[in-house]
Amino acid sequence: MSDHELRVNKIRNGTVIDHITAGQALNVLAILGVDAHSGETLSVAMNVPSDRLGTKDIVKVEGRELSQDEVDVLSLIAGAATINIVREFDVVEKHRVERPREVVGVLSCPNRHCITTADEPVDSRFDVLEDGIRCCYCDTIVRDGIADHIAVG
Amino acid sequence: MDHDHIISAKQLSRGDIETVLDHAAEAAADPAAWADRHENALLGLCFFEPSTRTKMSFTAAIKRMGGDVVDMGTVESSSVTKGESLADTVRVVQGYADALVLRHPSEGSAKMASEYVDVPLINGGDGAGQHPTQTLLDLYTIRENAGFDDLTIGIMGDLKYGRTVHSLAHALTTVDARQHFISPESLKLPRSVRYDLHEEGASIREHTDLGAVLPELDVLYVTRIQRERFPDENEYRAVAGQYQIDAATLEAGPDDLTVMHPLPRVDEIAHDIDDTDYARYFQQAHNGVPVRMALLDLLLGESR
Repeated sequence: MSDHELRVNKIRNGTVIDHITAGQALNVLAILGVDAHSGETLSVAMNVPSDRLGTKDIVKVEGRELSQDEVDVLSLIAGAATINIVREFDVVEKHRVERPREVVGVLSCPNRHCITTADEPVDSRFDVLEDGIRCCYCDTIVRDGIADHIAVG
Repeated sequence: MDHDHIISAKQLSRGDIETVLDHAAEAAADPAAWADRHENALLGLCFFEPSTRTKMSFTAAIKRMGGDVVDMGTVESSSVTKGESLADTVRVVQGYADALVLRHPSEGSAKMASEYVDVPLINGGDGAGQHPTQTLLDLYTIRENAGFDDLTIGIMGDLKYGRTVHSLAHALTTVDARQHFISPESLKLPRSVRYDLHEEGASIREHTDLGAVLPELDVLYVTRIQRERFPDENEYRAVAGQYQIDAATLEAGPDDLTVMHPLPRVDEIAHDIDDTDYARYFQQAHNGVPVRMALLDLLLGESR
């Protein structure tokens, strides 16, 4: 893997999200709300060979640690991801994501008749199923394309 | 029954259902004994969509117990036209009433509204979601006519958007009914309902044709296929025509078949069935009053 390390510099402080399902790196950025205008230094590697996954994506974000909400949604689209918190070039914490029981406020319900999509003071809320998520208000089940419903804010 | 609000048929256990139906039977048997049971109680009606049966039978139910209604009126004449949110509307109206009935076009609206009120809130229909009080009166009618033991029921028509169907299907699993769902491919049960029925271990079969299952049925529950669900008139006519029944259709069914419909019907049940012993849909509509009396009594009894 040394050639990849040459390609992607080590970060000083921030988060390395490794073992992302190949092809999901840009959705991970959407979850984190980082883009060209948000200011963080980003490194994105896609389709990197991986012993565990075959291929994987990697995202490194300088100067940013993830919130629990962000980790929860990450787990839905990249269940095998590992999160490395880096301080002064050292990995100080390393953990795998865990699927939460529910996800609040981060995804929007695809049912346009759902009350959570109306102009009401209510956060979206999804129960996490074995193979998808389910809106706690209108019961709509989403199995595929969960990342398409990230409420980018 | 230990519920603050009635939001979905899914929250009702077999015990809850039997409690409401037994209580409704008492109300139906001796309405005079209930005449002052909730004197001065006020029921708030928040109907954001048109309703005849649900609204009138809730009104009749509370008045039969000595209470009255405070009615938001039509959406056009209310502060909703000024942009007020549903959350604000119910928070205001709860101060005027001892319980609320909400009908709203958005799915999940009753659940959200219930999070903003301290008085009991009853879902009177939320979009294509749930309509639990219709389910209770449906179950009352089924129990009266066919009983719950070894029950086989066919539910036919618009199973995708019909909220009465979604509520009823959940509740029927609590009485271990065999459920046959008969609809065009495009109007089959939604994934979320099938998921729940599967999780609950329900006995369900899906069909596109009534003929094959009609002889097995104790109850045939017919719903309206709505014109607006189809892209063009011809397609609608072709499909809807296959799911209409008349007295001749029912000759292939058992003699003691019970035919139900949440109403309003358009032409899915021919008028030649109305005067037969099969027809129970007007009785079903009338049962809305004692069932809603019973439900209100159970909810208000705890809160007042």
